[in-house]
Amino acid sequence: MVKSPFFVRQMALCESMRWRPWSGFHAVESYLLQHDLEYYAVRSAAGLLDVTPLCKYLVSGTDSAAFLSQTMVRNIMRLRTGRVAYTCWCDDDGKVVGDGTVMRRGKAEFLVTTTDPCYAWLHRFAGGYAVEISDVTDTLAALALQGPYARDILQAVSDTDIFIVRYFDTCKATVAGCPIWISRTGYTGDLGYELWIDRESALRVWDTLMTAGAGYALRPVGLMALDMCRLEAGLILKHVDYHSAIHAFTDARKSSPYELGLGWTVHLDRGPFNGQAALRREKRSGSRWALVGLDIDWAETEALYSDIGLPPALCPEPWRSSVPVYRDRDRQHQVGYATSGTWSPILKKNIALATIRSGYAAPGARLQFDMQVEHARHAVTATVRPPRFFDPPRKISMPV
Amino acid sequence: MTRYDVVVVGGGHNGLVCAAYLAKAGRSVLVLERRHVLGGAAVSEELYPGFTFSVASYVVSLFRPHIIRELDLARHGYHVIPMDCAFQPLHDGPGLARWTDYERTRREIAYFSRHDAEVYPEFSRVMTRMGQLAKVAIDHPPPVLGSLHPRDLRTMLRLRRAFRNLDPELQHLAVRLFTMSAADFLDLWFESPVLKGPLSASGIIGTFKGVRTPGTAYVLLHHYMGEIDGAFRSWGLSRGGTGSVSAACANAARAFGAEIRLSSPVAQVLLRNGRATGVVLDNGDEVEAKLVVSNLDPSSTLFGLVGKKHLPAATIKALSRYKYHGSSGKVNLALDSVPEFACRPGAGDHLRGDIAIAPDVGYLEQAYDEAKYGAFSRRPFINAVIPSLTDPSVAPPGKHVLSCFVQYAPYHLSEGAWEEQRDAFGDAVVDTLSEYAPGLREKILFRQVLTPWDLEQQFGLTEGNIFHGELSLEQLFFQRPTADLAHYRTPIRNLWLCGSGTHPGGGIMGASGELAAKAVLRSRHA
Repeated sequence: MVKSPFFVRQMALCESMRWRPWSGFHAVESYLLQHDLEYYAVRSAAGLLDVTPLCKYLVSGTDSAAFLSQTMVRNIMRLRTGRVAYTCWCDDDGKVVGDGTVMRRGKAEFLVTTTDPCYAWLHRFAGGYAVEISDVTDTLAALALQGPYARDILQAVSDTDIFIVRYFDTCKATVAGCPIWISRTGYTGDLGYELWIDRESALRVWDTLMTAGAGYALRPVGLMALDMCRLEAGLILKHVDYHSAIHAFTDARKSSPYELGLGWTVHLDRGPFNGQAALRREKRSGSRWALVGLDIDWAETEALYSDIGLPPALCPEPWRSSVPVYRDRDRQHQVGYATSGTWSPILKKNIALATIRSGYAAPGARLQFDMQVEHARHAVTATVRPPRFFDPPRKISMPV
Repeated sequence: MTRYDVVVVGGGHNGLVCAAYLAKAGRSVLVLERRHVLGGAAVSEELYPGFTFSVASYVVSLFRPHIIRELDLARHGYHVIPMDCAFQPLHDGPGLARWTDYERTRREIAYFSRHDAEVYPEFSRVMTRMGQLAKVAIDHPPPVLGSLHPRDLRTMLRLRRAFRNLDPELQHLAVRLFTMSAADFLDLWFESPVLKGPLSASGIIGTFKGVRTPGTAYVLLHHYMGEIDGAFRSWGLSRGGTGSVSAACANAARAFGAEIRLSSPVAQVLLRNGRATGVVLDNGDEVEAKLVVSNLDPSSTLFGLVGKKHLPAATIKALSRYKYHGSSGKVNLALDSVPEFACRPGAGDHLRGDIAIAPDVGYLEQAYDEAKYGAFSRRPFINAVIPSLTDPSVAPPGKHVLSCFVQYAPYHLSEGAWEEQRDAFGDAVVDTLSEYAPGLREKILFRQVLTPWDLEQQFGLTEGNIFHGELSLEQLFFQRPTADLAHYRTPIRNLWLCGSGTHPGGGIMGASGELAAKAVLRSRHA
């Protein structure tokens, strides 16, 4: 296992000693015994998360834009310098291989970030292009500073004007004398930034942020809090909410961008790109599945508990396991499955992401969610809705 | 002139919840608030540049989760952050911090008593079971005694079922809980006076009773009914202060179409043939409405806005007997830096919850002794929070807000007036805190002292009672505020009550507002 450059600080702060492997790194699951306090920090103040384990690739060379446009479903040729695009990439059958962000740092320089290695995948299509791909995962440290006060904290330590950075902008900045790249991106659905830092400057940047953040109730946060935030924001996770087409054992496990709610990232009408023909067909004929949000009825849940004399128990942690979803209360006709979910403390709702047959996936549709209460299984009504449960205006707003 | 379906007098959180439910049901609703800000006692105000205070009520626990969902309050800004710790500084030793994590708490309590440490979870379990019982009562309107109406029978059956679900030992304990004092009830479990200090203190909040006064044990339950996601850690801080809870209710009400007017004090309820037909404002303007719902306390509504001459004698008699007995005050401080407690230095997580100055049961009873004879406690019970450690929106970076709930401060002083004693009361609070947090005085940038008299002047709380009338057993449920006013109706036709002087009562619950709105909507005249 590899240690992130922030490991020494994390070790000192990780009171709960709860760690989890992430992409070969030791990653903090939660610093505190109560992980939801970290979630609340992200939603009310700010949280600092080590995202160094993300796979990071520098793509450069005169053909880099054309090359990325061919590999990604999104037309990267149209991405302006200083902007970031969220996208996915597909195989020839139009099934998703991975998803991530592409940041255009210059005319011919891009940073691609994703949860899973994709060096080989990218390399496969590089022939014929004047392009160089280098894996900077281990040399480039990364931090996510997320929450309503992220901007104030970052501005306090930076000589760059952070206030003019728009949602999905990226630019150079100096923090504690160290040159870094920042992008107004993140995986929380909140106001926030990601900081891309040379490994040798990593600790200085961490310390500077933590010191400046003390006045803003900044907390270091772990993956559990991140999971709660991303579920509220309706952001999908590879290996959890979908399987990569190149790792899926069966075709049934593969998904298209349309089925994952990523249809908006697909730019069909342009030069050839991976999966174009299949995606065009699917767009025309419709998709079999749809990724939706589920709002699992709380009154029904509470009643199931009170019927047996128990106070309603919440799963205190975000969960990631497949749960059947039915169209009927007798649980005879399965129409899909939920892949991950959480109690949303801010919305006071029990929410989940689910893959549902498109005929049953219209917003407002009432389905039945399989739930275990004490030792018995029951059906609880779950209402279909768009996956973005929480979307505060501050996420994209500019300071006045 | 517009005639509204309903005019709500007072824009406290209950008035706003009530307005939101009525507007959601399609009624045209106007809310009239006397002050320039909404929220009543659940209000946030920038009293000192850059510092926002929850001026009066300061923590949230009991706000009904179904109201949050039904009114979509999260979307409208409802955001409560749970507190992980209840810290009690002491002169000797490390003090006692009780955390959400049971094992951590067990270790803390074991420092004082190994026995109590192990019994503590047992006690919590019992209280949670009792809380389930109480919850059945607070989420439904009180029954009419002796009534055979199906609705009342259902309520009685529900209560009976909840009671029968308790095993016999718990049933007997329930009876004890409703009759004993907080201190005596805790004696059934615990030996350590240190643990019993802060636990028993939660039995006296807002009442003019001591921890050894019978009937206070029941109030302990309030600490186990709180629902921030079903967790034991049931108290929380509202982001931006408690005014944000009111603002969320107001936003919901507006989204459903209600109209809200600030700086519009109501002088009286308009009566025609013994029925309420609207209100007259201080400036003489009249607003007509089919129904008037008052968020003010029962006495301010009926004796103030209506007038005794329009009331039946029985109502006057019963309501005159209703006890207010304000017993608490509030001291709000703006601080230059985090206060440091000598027994546990540093700005750790123990300061992010509530901090109780209640070192033992004897201390609390002594504080009550002074109040019994008409003086404020020289060394009072203090419950303090530093919300700025969790919520940076309430103070400039590195600066802090210290909010202190203080008891006892009797409304009726045996000597002198509160206006003359206000500063001495504030000094007593700062002195008491400084015994545990030396150097506090030097950090104070601004101080606001609210005595019960000030609470009455500023928020219209009769006798400064924070709950619109004491939360004592004889004034609860089908007797809150009085038997004939217990169902949100008043003897004046078309005039209703929705404040915390009605069932289920005070605390930022929203339940009175909700149940009043639902009662109004069930009535023939809505």
